Amino acid sequence: MTFLGLEAEMLARLQFAFTVSFHFLFPAFSIGTASYLAVLNALWLWKRDQAYLKLFEYWKTIFAVTFAMGVVSGIVMSYQFGTNWSAFSDKAGPVIGPLMGYEVLTAFFLEAGFLGIALFGRKRVGDTAHMVAVAMVAIGTLISATWITAANSWMHTPTGFSIDSNGVFVPEDWWQIIFNPSFPYRMTHTVMAAFLTTAFAVGAVGAWHLLKDRKNRQAQIMFSMAMWMAAIVTPIQIFVGDLHGLNTLEHQPAKIAAMEGHYETHKDGAPLVLFGIPDDEAETTHYAIEVPKLGSLILTHELNGEIKGLKEWPRDQRPPALMPFITFRIMVGLGFLMLGVGLWSLWARWKGNLYDTPWLHRIAVAMGGSGFIAVLAGWYTTEVGRQPWTVYGHLRTAHSLSPVSAPAVGTSLLIFIAVYFVVFGVGVYYLLKLMQRPPTPLDTDRELDAGPIRTAGIMPGAAQDHPIGGRHGH
Amino acid sequence: MDIDLSFVWAGIIAFSVLAYVVLDGFDLGIGIVFPFFRKRHDRDVMTNSIAPVWDGNETWLVLGGGGLMAVFPLAYAIIMPALYMPIILMLVSLIFRGVAFEFRWRTHHESHLWDFGFWIGSSVAALMQGISLGALVQGVAVEGRQYAGGWWDWLTPFSILTGIAVLVGYALLGVTWLNLKTSGEIQSRSAKLARPLSVALLALIGAVSLWTPFINEIYFERWFGWPTAFFSSFVPLLLALCAFALWHGLTHGKHLQPFLSALGLFILSFAGLGISFYPYMIPGVLTIRDAAAPDSSLKFLLVGASILVPMILAYTAYAYWVFRGKVDPEEGYH
Repeated sequence: MTFLGLEAEMLARLQFAFTVSFHFLFPAFSIGTASYLAVLNALWLWKRDQAYLKLFEYWKTIFAVTFAMGVVSGIVMSYQFGTNWSAFSDKAGPVIGPLMGYEVLTAFFLEAGFLGIALFGRKRVGDTAHMVAVAMVAIGTLISATWITAANSWMHTPTGFSIDSNGVFVPEDWWQIIFNPSFPYRMTHTVMAAFLTTAFAVGAVGAWHLLKDRKNRQAQIMFSMAMWMAAIVTPIQIFVGDLHGLNTLEHQPAKIAAMEGHYETHKDGAPLVLFGIPDDEAETTHYAIEVPKLGSLILTHELNGEIKGLKEWPRDQRPPALMPFITFRIMVGLGFLMLGVGLWSLWARWKGNLYDTPWLHRIAVAMGGSGFIAVLAGWYTTEVGRQPWTVYGHLRTAHSLSPVSAPAVGTSLLIFIAVYFVVFGVGVYYLLKLMQRPPTPLDTDRELDAGPIRTAGIMPGAAQDHPIGGRHGH
Repeated sequence: MDIDLSFVWAGIIAFSVLAYVVLDGFDLGIGIVFPFFRKRHDRDVMTNSIAPVWDGNETWLVLGGGGLMAVFPLAYAIIMPALYMPIILMLVSLIFRGVAFEFRWRTHHESHLWDFGFWIGSSVAALMQGISLGALVQGVAVEGRQYAGGWWDWLTPFSILTGIAVLVGYALLGVTWLNLKTSGEIQSRSAKLARPLSVALLALIGAVSLWTPFINEIYFERWFGWPTAFFSSFVPLLLALCAFALWHGLTHGKHLQPFLSALGLFILSFAGLGISFYPYMIPGVLTIRDAAAPDSSLKFLLVGASILVPMILAYTAYAYWVFRGKVDPEEGYH
């Protein structure tokens, strides 16, 4: 049975890709934002400079909206393994499940338990306990990222298990399962990506407000902090990305072949295909623009290093090449653009005109969403490159599926698409509206006196005139 | 002594499902009774009474799902496809309801739309949880290690009855919570609503209890066979006690007593279910032991759970303590 001409397997893959992509956008932003809030709050307590408190209150509301969307889209994920991928859950659940169980126990509860206090409780618990709560939320997001990348990495580079007669993966060594070969690279690369995503979003908001009023102190501070991150973290991220690529070459050479668009094995130096259109049917990359030997130099750090092509593997064990090929180039391209912005900001800072370079600000605004796109592009590269396996080399995607019929999966997919676009589309619109507020609360003293616990009824007039600005106090 | 870890884990999973029902029940209930409170200000106070705690409450649902996959992967792999549509509808409903907390503050013109989303999301989520429960009690067709039933097996008169029971029960938890946390008009209206809801819930609990033993011989034996009947008879007795405490609390204007009594009704109904199910994970088909993951999985997660669950309970209690007392209608959270 098919649905709109698609088989259940393809529909289930589309559904997982769709829901996880949406979900991933929110934590990618909230991981960095939580840490940013912790830094802002610490700076406020340390320096007692009102600007930091204003910035904390400003980003706090944006964080709350993002976090709520992350929570609800995350609940979907924890059930989708069962609804659409029950065979995977049955077989790999004993390994993947406990890792996600630890994520819930060590991270989700920590974040949710302290979020209320971090958002609404400054007046009630005092500065110290409030700072602890803000830090706990930030630490929670990082712990969460650690467990989920451990689980995901194990699916790419599985170790530390045996397989019993039912085909169930039996954990033998948890240390090897968690610290599987790709985990350190993937985790570092992912967390830094999340920090950069936040940095460029914060930078764009700062730049936007600098373009309107370059004397706005809060806008200056956020722009400056974001550009430091861009200048320092981007080069490290590119270095880590290279290490991650070398690790992939060692453990998943077919994925590298797909990313590079190589069908033939190059024994004496592979070219770097800059652009082209990989064609799995014809087993060739059309319209390839190549730089001789550079591919080998990057991947093996030798001019004549051997790079395997996709033809080394039987057709039914190759990942599709087109998507990883394209998404990989998008990610790398954006990475170098980020580096460019970071370097430009260093130059402007050194010249003393960081806040007076409108073109830098315009570019920074344009780059505001670059982190999100890069994160998704990188994610698609690695996950599509994992095909046709769910647990690499051991469990095929086709054997992971629930006993579901295509119409059931198709219907739920359409429901998810409709709901996600409506709800999260509106959510993103509200986020943009929140970011459009100038980072200068009108009533600073009141902010402190009344604390963040502000009634909706206190300022009905302001609330009506500026539904967003009037209630920024949360 | 050799402790069977699968039973320890069945206890922990049962606890987290109960924790979810007890905690998220009242905040879903507030959404369910939204139509009875029409003023924007009242609704602000109502959502503010749960704003700091709702996502912690919902995390227990993630632990229930994630934990089931971790320690009873086979049960998870069979139950989820069996309850495909109710689960999907529950998830989608929780999305509408969860974002409404934040979104209703971000707009003036559309806030009534998000209020509607909050109501419908809360109601459908509650209904689907009850329907899922009823479908599970009725039994699930299994072949080998997979679900083997059809896509509409979950929809039966019995599952609709349990769906309505959970919906009404959450609404009662919601109004008794409001009776505890608010003052003035909201409180008095909540207390008034609680009376018909109590009567309806007790009638529904009675109907479900009388129907259940006739669905499956195992249940009948458990409730009417000797000696188990001796122990299971405590459940209806304690239920009657809670019902009395609930009514007494409502008629004497108590603040805390009705809420605690309503929670008692839920806990006892849950215990009743446990009595019916034991030792099965899926009635008549899959036992707790057969559904369990390998010992290495159970041990690994148990080490963490035995340390972390008490910690979680401690800081959750702390968060509730911080936001204790009546919600001041002139001091919202947003």
